[in-house]
Amino acid sequence: MKNPLVALLVGILIGVGGLYFFLPYDPLSLGEGPVAVTVSPDGAVERASAGDTLRRVKQRGFLQCGVSQGLPGFSNPDERGNWSGIDVDFCRAIAAAIFGDGSKVRFRPLSAKDRFTALQSGEIDILSRNTTWTMSRDTQLGFDFVGVTYYDGQSFMVRKAAGIETVRDLAGGTICTETGTTTELNLADYFRSRGLSYKVLSFEKNDEAIVAYDRGRCDAYTTDASGLYAQRLKLTDPDANMVLTDIISKEPLGPAVRQGDPQWEDIARWTLNALLNAEELGVTSENVDEMLESDNPRIRRLLGREGAYGEAVGLGPDWAVHVIRAVGNYGEMFERNVGTETPLGIKRGLNALWNEGGVQYAPPVR
Amino acid sequence: MARGQGQKRGTATLNWYNPRVRSIFYQTVVLVSVIGIVWFFAATAQENLERLNISSGFGFLDTTAGFGIIQTLIPYSEQSSYGRAFLVGLLNTLVVAVIGIVLATLLGFFIGVARLSRNWLIAKLAAAYVEIMRNIPLLLHLFFWYFAVLRPLPGPDNSLTPFDGVYLNNRGLILPAPVFDASAAYFFASLALALAGSVFLIRWAKSRQIATGQLFPAWRTATGIVVLLPALVWLIAGRPFELEFAERDAFDYVGGMRLLPEFVALVLGLTLYTAAFIGEIVRAGIQSVSKGQIEAAAALGLKDSTTLRLVVIPQAMRLIIPPLTSQILNLTKNSSLAVAIAYPDLVAVFAGTVLNQTGQAIEVISLTMAVYLTLSLLTSLAMNWYNARIALKER
Ligand SMILES: N[C@@H](CCC(=O)N[C@@H](CS)C(=O)NCC(=O)O)C(=O)O
Repeated sequence: MKNPLVALLVGILIGVGGLYFFLPYDPLSLGEGPVAVTVSPDGAVERASAGDTLRRVKQRGFLQCGVSQGLPGFSNPDERGNWSGIDVDFCRAIAAAIFGDGSKVRFRPLSAKDRFTALQSGEIDILSRNTTWTMSRDTQLGFDFVGVTYYDGQSFMVRKAAGIETVRDLAGGTICTETGTTTELNLADYFRSRGLSYKVLSFEKNDEAIVAYDRGRCDAYTTDASGLYAQRLKLTDPDANMVLTDIISKEPLGPAVRQGDPQWEDIARWTLNALLNAEELGVTSENVDEMLESDNPRIRRLLGREGAYGEAVGLGPDWAVHVIRAVGNYGEMFERNVGTETPLGIKRGLNALWNEGGVQYAPPVR
Repeated sequence: MARGQGQKRGTATLNWYNPRVRSIFYQTVVLVSVIGIVWFFAATAQENLERLNISSGFGFLDTTAGFGIIQTLIPYSEQSSYGRAFLVGLLNTLVVAVIGIVLATLLGFFIGVARLSRNWLIAKLAAAYVEIMRNIPLLLHLFFWYFAVLRPLPGPDNSLTPFDGVYLNNRGLILPAPVFDASAAYFFASLALALAGSVFLIRWAKSRQIATGQLFPAWRTATGIVVLLPALVWLIAGRPFELEFAERDAFDYVGGMRLLPEFVALVLGLTLYTAAFIGEIVRAGIQSVSKGQIEAAAALGLKDSTTLRLVVIPQAMRLIIPPLTSQILNLTKNSSLAVAIAYPDLVAVFAGTVLNQTGQAIEVISLTMAVYLTLSLLTSLAMNWYNARIALKER
């Protein structure tokens, strides 16, 4: 019996030895320190350590930005594949901060269901897809939210002819929504806590949910109020439908990045703050070049004439100038994409600056 | 165990000319490498999850799900756990798969036989069916049937009511639900008894026919037993169940039983698509039976239908079963497209909503994969067993 036994031992030795030599790094050192292997989108195995998202984005030459599959006003492609919307503009702003060129960004349309996996796996650098900032998403998924680009709340769209005035009137009805959203959960909370019955149909894609609602399969369609105004435009007869005034949840929509890269998080957070501060200081895409000569110290700091704020996060001194040239300030972004002059016709409301009756309030550049 | 003649015993050197030694060596190398690689991936994943601060482990299965599901075959509420939601999704998948498999197999056999029909029109219609159905991607089938089912149906206000208590509208087909009381057990026992008796009767009649040539109207008698015995018990036990009729409320009917349009569209799409493939398999199987057999059956004076049933199909079956198995597996796996039309199957509920709410992709996806793997292996086992049973017995 000795021969087979020896063969077994030699086999084990060679197997282990072979593994040891061919693995990309020493497997025995796993768990010691922050070195780990991730597979980048182009398939190459690389060592990732905290702090290098910016380096990788620069190397690649463009930003990978996760957006929706089509939500007018937030992220929506036209027939020629040009994207527009607040969420899209936010990514352009980051691209401008990094490259001085707002067009160095590629958009990746994601369903509500797939968006988090895409960010976790490193397929995208930032998720800017009308995503609600919640505690579990912030703490359990390995993300950090960098701020709020749009304060929203969940509501319902119903057919005018149905005579529904409040959400309570929907008791017993069938409600269409999209799978993998906070919407699904809020809906359940609302009806359950009031002891009302309801039936929910969760679609993977918004388009089918909207068609199903349009064909009368559901009595109501629910999502963030902003989304309702956008989706209403896709119905065969938008005017026969209305959005209820009830709001059943808080939906602070904001961009998220992976945890563990503080520099990248800062870049995203301060790009948003720069957009808001620019509006507060009256800096617009039209006057930004004149503003470079302003004596206002707050404007001078924002535009990089004083201090080294951009350098501190790995950007150039005039990062904010590029941001504002590319997309304007927050107010311009809002009005251009969802404002009263657009088909969505949304008023600033909560999203006005803090000194104009809203809750948008950015920490200062100082 | 018989050992090779030339083998030296008791030496510690490796004898490479001994096939047994060689095979042990290679198999160990492969096994160790595979274990090592799997361990490496698991450890890397674990490490990366920790580094990225993503929760891991299966603890989430006990957490409250907090979302609703429109079709639940077992009790489920928003307060149930993710684990419960998993079971709900699994059962929804199984229902669709089982019903789809039965219907697709029946329709497939029909199409396969029809393609070989001597009637020109029937053969051409069957051929057209196959060509059209199997060349349309399944996802389009689903959308087509979903919206085709929905479009002509009226809203709940104008439901079609073919019989009292039966309503058809764009919320589904609503039927009265049977409500059982205690003595219903007798009814079901008698039904089971009648079925078992019928099986026995049919077998007995068959073996008698083979032995003596005497015919016995077994099928007719069996049908009679299955209908009459339970009916009798039902009357004696004092009608142990009643029908609960659905009632109208503001939006919809409540109570009763309901077939969802999503369910119907999914079953329709899967059945019509898969039946086209099964039809081709059946046709090929039948054509593989040599002409001589059919001519011999005709020479013995057997009817066409009898030849088909007793001579052709049993022999064709041996060729049909293996590819039929893969179609059955395909149908089961394809049912995961359900989420496109909002049918809450395993992938929609678990790999969709639960994954998204917990963010635990690795756990959720491995569990989902394990389910489909198990379903596939069980199906294969059952089909292999059946195949072995009907295999040509060498005499
Ligand atoms: N804010 C919610 C809902 C976000 C969401 O996905 N909404 C849907 C309905 S408006 C949507 O954006 N669909 C567009 C798409 O799927 O591309 C969340 O973060 O969960």
